[in-house]
Formats: sequence, C-alpha cells, structure tokens
Amino acid sequence: MPTLRESIMTAPTDAVASPVRRKPLWHRVLCNWSVRLGGGVLTLLIIMAISAQWLGTIDPVAMDPSSGNLLPGTTAEFNNLSGDSFEHYFVMGTDSLGRDTWSRIAFGARVSLAVGVAVACLALAAGMLVGILAGYFRRLDNIIMRIMDSVMAIPSILFAITLMALWRPTLLTVVVAITIPEIPRVARLVRSIVLSIREEAYVEAAISLGTPTVMILVRHILPNAIAPLLVQGTYVCASAILVEAILSFLGVGLPPDIATWGNIMADGRTQFNQFPQTVLFPGIFLALTVLSVNILGDGLRDTLDPKFNKRGG
Amino acid sequence: MFFFIIRRVLSTIPVLVIVAIIVFLMLRLTPGDPAASLVGNNGTSADIANIRASLGLDQPLPVQFYKWSLQLLKGDLGESYYMKRPVTQLIGQRIGPTLSLSFLTMFVTILLAVPLGVFAAWRHGGWLDRALMGFSVVGFSIPSFVIGYLLIWVVALHWQLLPVQGYVPIAQGFGGWLSHLTLPALTLSIIYLALIARVTRASVSEALSEDYIRTARSKGISELRVLTRHALANAAVPIVTVIGIGVGLLIGGVVVTETVYAIPGLGQLTVDAVLGRDFPLIQGITLFFSFVYVLINLLVDLSYVVLDPRIRY
Repeated sequence: MPTLRESIMTAPTDAVASPVRRKPLWHRVLCNWSVRLGGGVLTLLIIMAISAQWLGTIDPVAMDPSSGNLLPGTTAEFNNLSGDSFEHYFVMGTDSLGRDTWSRIAFGARVSLAVGVAVACLALAAGMLVGILAGYFRRLDNIIMRIMDSVMAIPSILFAITLMALWRPTLLTVVVAITIPEIPRVARLVRSIVLSIREEAYVEAAISLGTPTVMILVRHILPNAIAPLLVQGTYVCASAILVEAILSFLGVGLPPDIATWGNIMADGRTQFNQFPQTVLFPGIFLALTVLSVNILGDGLRDTLDPKFNKRGG
Repeated sequence: MFFFIIRRVLSTIPVLVIVAIIVFLMLRLTPGDPAASLVGNNGTSADIANIRASLGLDQPLPVQFYKWSLQLLKGDLGESYYMKRPVTQLIGQRIGPTLSLSFLTMFVTILLAVPLGVFAAWRHGGWLDRALMGFSVVGFSIPSFVIGYLLIWVVALHWQLLPVQGYVPIAQGFGGWLSHLTLPALTLSIIYLALIARVTRASVSEALSEDYIRTARSKGISELRVLTRHALANAAVPIVTVIGIGVGLLIGGVVVTETVYAIPGLGQLTVDAVLGRDFPLIQGITLFFSFVYVLINLLVDLSYVVLDPRIRY
C-alpha cells in the first residue's frame, strides 16, 4: 500500500492532458485535502496493521474462557490454554471465549487491507486485459461486453457468496470470489478509454508506420489509462474491504478462528444485547478504513482524472 | 413505440441466457465435488457415486445443461437437497418479508432522496448541499451491518423505542409490521439514499444551468414549478436509471440486513443455503435475484419513453 502514493508521484504527468503547464501533478495531488485526509488515516491504519504485535496485543487466537466478556478497560489475569499466565490490560474487552478484542482487531486489519489491495490489483489486471481485448479487437467487442453485462446482472455480493459456498475458504479463494464481480466495471472503463484513444491521430500514425499492436498498447493506450485506473482501483479496494467483511460476517469468508473484522462481529453477534462492544469496535474500524479509502479515491479523482464521472466509471 | 418495446424486451433474452449459463457453470466447474461435500466426511465412495447419479452429475456437461434449461423454461428451479422441497416453493414462502422490506426501503428512500437532491442542487454550495455530499461519502462507506447494529444499540436497546429483531407479517397488524421493519428499512436505505441523492443533485444541477430554466424564470413561473416541471422533469432519466441500478445494492443489502435483524426472508434463506451447501437452492436464489434485477432494469429502460419523449431507439 505505501506504493500507492509513490506510484502517483511517478505517474507520467501527461496522463492529464492540460494545455497550460501548472504545478507538477504530484504536487497538486499532495495538496488536495481529500488525499491528505484519506491518505493520512489510511497510512495510520497500515502502520497499525504492520506493527500489530508491538501495539500492546497478545496472541489474537489465544483463549481464556475464565476471562470471557470483560468490559473495555479492564485489567485481568490471562490464563493461556497452554498454561502461561500473565496480567493484561484489555483496552476493548474480550469476547465470549476470552480473546482480546483489540488484538483481534489489530491483526484483523492485516486481512482487510491485504484483501483490499489484492482484489484491486487483480481486478485491475483482469479488467484491463478484458477491456483492451474488447476495445482494440472489435470482433470480440460484442461477445465480451455481453458477457460482462451478464456478470453485472448478478448482484455482486450474491455472486461472491455463491462462489464462496462452492470453494474451500482460504485467503486466495476469498480474493478471487470478490474480484470476479468487480472485473466488468474495470473492463468497461478500460474499453471506453481504448475506444477514445484509438481514434487519436497519433495512434493512427503509429498504425500506419507499422508499429506492432503490443507496442501501441504499451506506449499509447496504457499511459492514458493509468490515472483513471488508479482512481477506479481505490474504489475497488474500498468495496473489496467491505465485501470481505460481509463474507466473514455471514460465515462464508475466512474460517472463524482467523481474526478478521467480519469474523469478530459474527462472534459478538449472539451476545450483542449484553456486550455490544465486540460488534461495535471492529465495525468502527471497518467503517473508518472504507471511508478513508473512499475519500482518498475522491481526492485522486479530482486531481488526476477530472473527467472520471463523465466517463461513466 | 410498439416495436421499440418489443425490441427492448427481446434484447434482455441473451443477457438472461448468459446469466443462466454462468450460474450453471459456476456450480459445475468448481474444484470441489458437490456430491462429496454433500456426503460429508463419513461417506464412502459408493455413497458419493449414488448421489452423483441421483443429481445427474455423472452425465456430460452439455446433457446436464440441456436438461437443466428445459426444467428452467418450465419454471422449475429444482429441488433443495436438504429440505426436499421445490426451490420455487421455498422462494415463494420466504418472499413476503423481503418484498415488504424492499418496498418500504424504496418508498422511504425515494421520498427523501429526490427532494433532498433537488434542494441541494437548487442551493448549490449551501449548507444542505455540503452536508448531503458529506453524507453520501459516509453512506457509501459505512457497511449496512455496522449501521444496523448502531441503530439497534441506540434506538432499540438504549431508548427502547422499537423492537430489536424479528418480523411480523402485515396480516397480523400494520403497527407491528411497521415497527419491526422501521430499523431494517432505515439501515438498508442509507447507501441507497446516498446514491440517489447524489445523482439527483448532479443531474438537476446540470438541468438548472440550461437556457430554458432562465426562460421559465423570466416568464415569472414560481420557483417550485421551475424546479419540478422544468428542472426535475428534464433530469428524470438519470435518476430513474440509478434507482434501477441501485436495486443491485438493495439485493446485496437485503441478505445482510435480514441476518442482522433476524427477518425470515429470502436473504436468510440465501445464508442458510450457503452455510448448508445446498447447491440447487443457491443456484435458484441467485438466478431469481438476477432475473428480478434484469427485469427491473428493463422496466427502467422502458420508462425512458414516457419520461423523455425524445428517446426513440
């Protein structure tokens, strides 16, 4: 994820065609308040996820039934099932099995962020391939876009749930199940960019000079697609984090013993009336993460790709 | 006009066919063997073979598809593995609560979102406009189950205004029905409200910059009439489109919301089917929801002719 900001800085400045030379693009991006706010909160969350083991956490799967359902802010003796015993301060309390909620949230952040980034990368790669095929090779266009329309006709959460019902739940299957329904949106965006760029005079010139198709795609089409794809990528990332949590919450995501925000909420669900904190704390983190990614995306859209909305992405 | 409707109706057939093929293939081309997972860990290979034969899974793929689509054309979605009842019958039993919830949500949302969007566009940059735009980013980001639990916590547990969970059919009293559905409908409407209000604002604000608005105002027509008869009427097509697209979000949201509020509708049926690996039921529900989604968007397309007499395909 730290590569996101780096990749914006290294993005070719001619990605946004502007007749007037203004401040360098990366400067404009970093001066945008949405980018600063969203990116700042997201960076904090990433640091939290990476350094989870040093943030006053204990083993997120360690249980101690005798210290179950502690209220937030209690200090208690924690007796590990393997016989260790130590004092621990439970900032956010424990769940019914005596697992430390804060530890589970901190380690769960890794899953959420990893799934978000992985889905965004996979969906962009696959969507780019499909979109270029449809946009550049007109004979494939009709059939490919029909299939994409049909995939979009299946509500995406339902699609992911169905796939997860069929597959063994691992990190890979979760990522793939969330990626597939996202592909058509990226493909449509790429196709529309390809269609508009291939009419440009310089592409026609390149074709008449006998430039190989692959070279045209890499040299002319791809640089024009980077900015809108980056914007679309952040939105895909936000929705992937949401869908992952929903899958876990419904019980079809990663196995329940792995700490993910959705799993923590699913565990706390049965006792919500007495101990709402086990559901509310991960919920707040989830909402905060998705919100910061979306705000970052809005900032990137405004600075990198002002035409985004009109393009129907 | 007549031919347009015929053509538009016919054009949904390929989409429906491809959706059916995707849903069919999803369940056949998965790495896991449905028969094996149905038997469980204690089954012998003979048991698995028996089940495969009884489900027709031992036949070649095209034969399976042929038989399955013949059934489908007769309106037969197969039989649930576990409940041993036709899938259509199960869907019929559970559709009531889901329809109630969806209609109430759509009613509340459209009634709120359209006036809010129009007002925000009218006072462009005003406090309501900025509040609405902020709300729409937040509304997109907070997962519906987090909103659901927050509402239960505050409204049902702290204030004790409304029941926490459950469902009462409308036949047993309108008051009970409404009080049980208020929180779920509110939960489900947040994201939908964000979407529709945002599009209404954008499209009305575009219409307000047109010349005919200035003309209408200079004729001395009341501002309310300018906003409704001139601005909103010309902005109607994108709004109705996004209402149709939003049904996809609504279907995903129903699955989550019904789980949070323990409403015995189609969403819970989906979760039960998925957790029980009841493949015909999963297949049937996915197909049913997708077809509903396609048909609603067909109706939306047909409504263009009424909303904008210029549109002739």
